[in-house]
Amino acid sequence: MTVSEIAHSLGLEILVKGKDDRKVTGGYSGDLLSWVMGRAREGDAWITIMGNINAIAVAVLADISCIILAEGSPLDQDAKERAESERIPVLGSQKTAYNLSIELERII
Amino acid sequence: MTMKFHFEVPGDDFTRAGEASGELKLKLKRLGFSADVVRRMTIAMYEGEINMAIHAGGGVADVEILPDRITAVLTDNGPGIPDIEQAMKEGWSTAPDNIRSLGFGAGMGLPNIKKYTDMLDIKSVVGKGTTLTMTVLAK
Repeated sequence: MTVSEIAHSLGLEILVKGKDDRKVTGGYSGDLLSWVMGRAREGDAWITIMGNINAIAVAVLADISCIILAEGSPLDQDAKERAESERIPVLGSQKTAYNLSIELERII
Repeated sequence: MTMKFHFEVPGDDFTRAGEASGELKLKLKRLGFSADVVRRMTIAMYEGEINMAIHAGGGVADVEILPDRITAVLTDNGPGIPDIEQAMKEGWSTAPDNIRSLGFGAGMGLPNIKKYTDMLDIKSVVGKGTTLTMTVLAK
């Protein structure tokens, strides 16, 4: 499933479009950046509440397919600009990371 | 063929820390290294950069790229690491709370560097600084 298909299926808000035709191969949930970099796999959708510029750097370096911001967490302006220039899709939801993880697991 | 790059890593500026690893990622991709090698090297480099920004007020990174390996030497004049063995343990961190609120300080920096590189050497003198030499082999 691609990022845009996941966004559609889960009813996610598109905060940054980015490379939305990329395939999502798995998921990872967490907010500690180094932990995520150490554990998330390439192609994962990353569910987090971290909408800062460092989160975008982590997504780029760990080759994550998209970021899903849970519980309406805000995306900082500088993070948005970095995500746009790096073409990292950032999606948003009011749901919890727990619920998003369950829903994601059901569709991929 | 050897390529060398020098990066200045700023202290206490977490929006700029990561520039060196981002730039390195682009260079390695252009040079045709595999996705796995690029990923491992740049994650290790980013962790090193963040460590220098958090703990040492910044530092410098010198990267040497050879066809079969990439080596980065990260040097700072920070406080040094009193107990390297402890610093290598997952979850051990001395990062302050304001750093943790940014999502750092998980105590995974050095363990991640060790995990993703093929060779890691840490030399540290308390009160003088730390030098990390990390290598990823391009098999």
